Amino acid sequence: MNDRDPRSTEAPRIESDMAGLVAADTDVLEAAPTAQRSVAARSSAQTILLRFLRHRAAMSGLVVLSLIVLLAFSSIGFGPVPGWWGLDFRVPMPLEDGGRPTLQLWPFSLGAHPFGQDNIGRDYFALAMKGTQQSLIIAFLVGLVGTAVGTVIGACAGYFRGTTESVLMRMTDVIITIPLLAVAAVIAQISGGVGGVWGLGIFLGLVTWTGLARIVRGEFLSLREKEFVDAARSVGASSGRIIFRHILPNTIGVIIVAATLAMSSAILLESALSFLGFGVRPPATSLGQLINNYRSAMGPRPWLFWWPGLFIIAIALAVNFIGDGLRDAFDPRQDRAKA
Amino acid sequence: MTIHTPTTAGRRVREDLDPVLEVSGLGVDFRVEGEWVTASRDVSFRIMPGEVLALVGESGSGKSVSSMAILGLLPRNARVTGSAKVRGKELIGARPAALRAVRGNDVGLIFQEPMTALNPVLPVGFQVTEVLLSHQNISPEQARERAIELFRLVDLPNPEGRFDAYPHQLSGGQRQRVMIAMAIACDPVLLIADEPTTALDVTVQAEILDLLRDLHERLDSAILLITHDMGVVADLADDLVVMRDGAIVESGPIRKVFGHPEQTYTRDLLSAVPHLGAEIAAGTLQVSDRAEEPAPAVTPALDLRNLVIEYPGRGRTPAFRAVDDVSFSVAPGEVVGLVGESGSGKTTIGRAVVGLLPVTSGTVSIAGADIAGLSKRELKPLRRRSAIVFQDPAASLNPRMTIGESIGEPLLLHEGLRKAPLDRRVEELLDRVRLPHAYRNRYPHELSGGQRQRVGIARALSLGPELLVADEPTSALDVSVQAHVLELFKELQREQGFACLFISHDLAVVEILASRIAVLRNGKLVEIGSREGVLLNPTDPYTKRLIAAAPVPDPDEQESRRAARAIALAAGADADH
Repeated sequence: MNDRDPRSTEAPRIESDMAGLVAADTDVLEAAPTAQRSVAARSSAQTILLRFLRHRAAMSGLVVLSLIVLLAFSSIGFGPVPGWWGLDFRVPMPLEDGGRPTLQLWPFSLGAHPFGQDNIGRDYFALAMKGTQQSLIIAFLVGLVGTAVGTVIGACAGYFRGTTESVLMRMTDVIITIPLLAVAAVIAQISGGVGGVWGLGIFLGLVTWTGLARIVRGEFLSLREKEFVDAARSVGASSGRIIFRHILPNTIGVIIVAATLAMSSAILLESALSFLGFGVRPPATSLGQLINNYRSAMGPRPWLFWWPGLFIIAIALAVNFIGDGLRDAFDPRQDRAKA
Repeated sequence: MTIHTPTTAGRRVREDLDPVLEVSGLGVDFRVEGEWVTASRDVSFRIMPGEVLALVGESGSGKSVSSMAILGLLPRNARVTGSAKVRGKELIGARPAALRAVRGNDVGLIFQEPMTALNPVLPVGFQVTEVLLSHQNISPEQARERAIELFRLVDLPNPEGRFDAYPHQLSGGQRQRVMIAMAIACDPVLLIADEPTTALDVTVQAEILDLLRDLHERLDSAILLITHDMGVVADLADDLVVMRDGAIVESGPIRKVFGHPEQTYTRDLLSAVPHLGAEIAAGTLQVSDRAEEPAPAVTPALDLRNLVIEYPGRGRTPAFRAVDDVSFSVAPGEVVGLVGESGSGKTTIGRAVVGLLPVTSGTVSIAGADIAGLSKRELKPLRRRSAIVFQDPAASLNPRMTIGESIGEPLLLHEGLRKAPLDRRVEELLDRVRLPHAYRNRYPHELSGGQRQRVGIARALSLGPELLVADEPTSALDVSVQAHVLELFKELQREQGFACLFISHDLAVVEILASRIAVLRNGKLVEIGSREGVLLNPTDPYTKRLIAAAPVPDPDEQESRRAARAIALAAGADADH
């Protein structure tokens, strides 16, 4: 190609100073000579916490949930620890004012039975608090167990692929096909006597991880092909480090959203099982069981229906808001403060 | 803005006609987080019939936004002011129905990425007839005939057979030809080509540019060419508008702007573009007295012997041989450029060298140690001898890890450094790539492209490798940033003296850095030799074609190169194609 006649006189010099182009790469040039004081390394955990604390909806969700937890566990006590609310949820008492709630907002007074009494005269506040405790335990157990199992199985299937993936995903398919209610009926029969609420929570967690596992696997399948994973492999990072340090943090948003949804749906699932008699059974109680117990009382004693309903909604909403805030905090790309 | 009289010989000068597109005072703002952010302001230009106007600028200069605003293709949070008239019809603020009648009919659009611009689940012929049927009152049979005619017009091989093909069955160049066929289906008076060749290989790019020039002359449509590639501009455009930060910096006929740029920015932009042949002519590297092959006594930093890499087949598909019997070596401290088009296996070699891909047969020796067929455990101590800088700095940094964590990871894994000693080493590395220490707490998305690539380089250099594989480290960057990064790269190479395998599709970039160049094609090494030898006196016909196809940012030189290429093609110089 002799027609290509490089004009030596006008040859562009890359090394020549390019004053007009500085703006394109500004902070490099302007910052390099000045900012040489040591800047403390801020860990990503601190950054995430800071972002979470700035999220208003999540903070209000956290406050509401904390108040509910505090109220439920301190009022009637938990296990051997007694609470400040003296009445026992199991003991029937003479009906006052037809069992209507004595709670007054203005001027504020609790009265003898702030949430009213049920049809046989038990204090409904104590009953609702007991139900809230149980529902919370179930929701958190399901969230914890389901997320842990689903994440590990999805991550392994997505990262290792091949035989590992086939085995794990076929197992997932099998679990999805097993009718939940049929197994619940059997397990509830056993766990009703053995583990009660704890058994039920762990059981629900062990059967509801499938959706999460599929989502996590999908995320891993696409993320494992990313160049930053290659970069980690090229410096000799182990599989465990790549899965937990490199890929998992990039899926945390998806996992948290799925986990919060699983927690709020666990409360609903528990009430459905209780309705069928497979869930929490008397004398133990839960929010779902209360609603179903007093379904027929909707007409004459609507408060028996509304109080547990209110708590279910409040818990589910609060958990969802918290999940929202966590997702925003974990995802630096959604940083609203900067933009 | 002044209106330039077309002067090129052989061009139809029609001053008496109305302009095809007249843009005046065009401004675009986006509402982001409750504030208006200006993307472009006071953009004015006009295109006369049969004229090619190039809108150039670096990313973020507002060139694409301005052209999309003309067609009303911006998202809802955009606010467009000013005026844009196509043949006297005002488009800004026009009703959606009126805009739809203009799009595809008066104005054809060619997008950058033909794979994503074509619907993957519809045959290409259907997609072309769809355009015809929605704008013209013709029967489906006529539309089919017209589509095949269009395919013939854009030189799509076997147009009848291609009618029912799906986009994935076509090559990149063929897909872009289909896109062009769609764009010209209704004989538009104006073609808007948004980076039409950026996603294509250089030889295919030359063909598509030839096609665009040919169509433009035959159909007499005006073209608004949006690009960042000065070589493409030099090849195709008559007039040039240079944009920066949303405003026009300079405009004028191409020869005037290229020859005598008035603004500093334009001058710097032009000088930042690597110019094939310039480096050799300037004689910046004294390599002529260096031996072509390194002395055999020294252990080469990288030695490939009969390297074969295959991607395993599945079921009935046979294994794909990406690299076929490649042998060459890189001496300590030497920079070897590895050049080839997409699918030539250059990236595959780079990945195999750093142990990311298994080797099918042959040897890969890094500083004397063969890494082919080693287990993960055996490979780990050898990994610190080599490092890789990836093409896309945005993808190669973990978005959830701070810059400091990313740079420090190799040190953590290989030297077990933690806390304060690790912090010190990270600071040293940041200094070395000229980034402030404060950046260590930032996340990759908070950095510009050039800064991210500096981080990628710092990470690669953290363990003091003997061999650095640079896989197109600047191809995702703007030209001015590319110039900075290349300069940094040269400096670091001089300081640290690592050997480097520099992979690129851009001959001009390789020319700046490498003392020897290896050319790959379809997995085979077709030519290797000193930089001057390969670029000035290529022996292989493929290398010759590659060099001929690379556009040069100079209209006159580009014209003569084009003529020479046409002669070479006509003479059947590349009968193997």
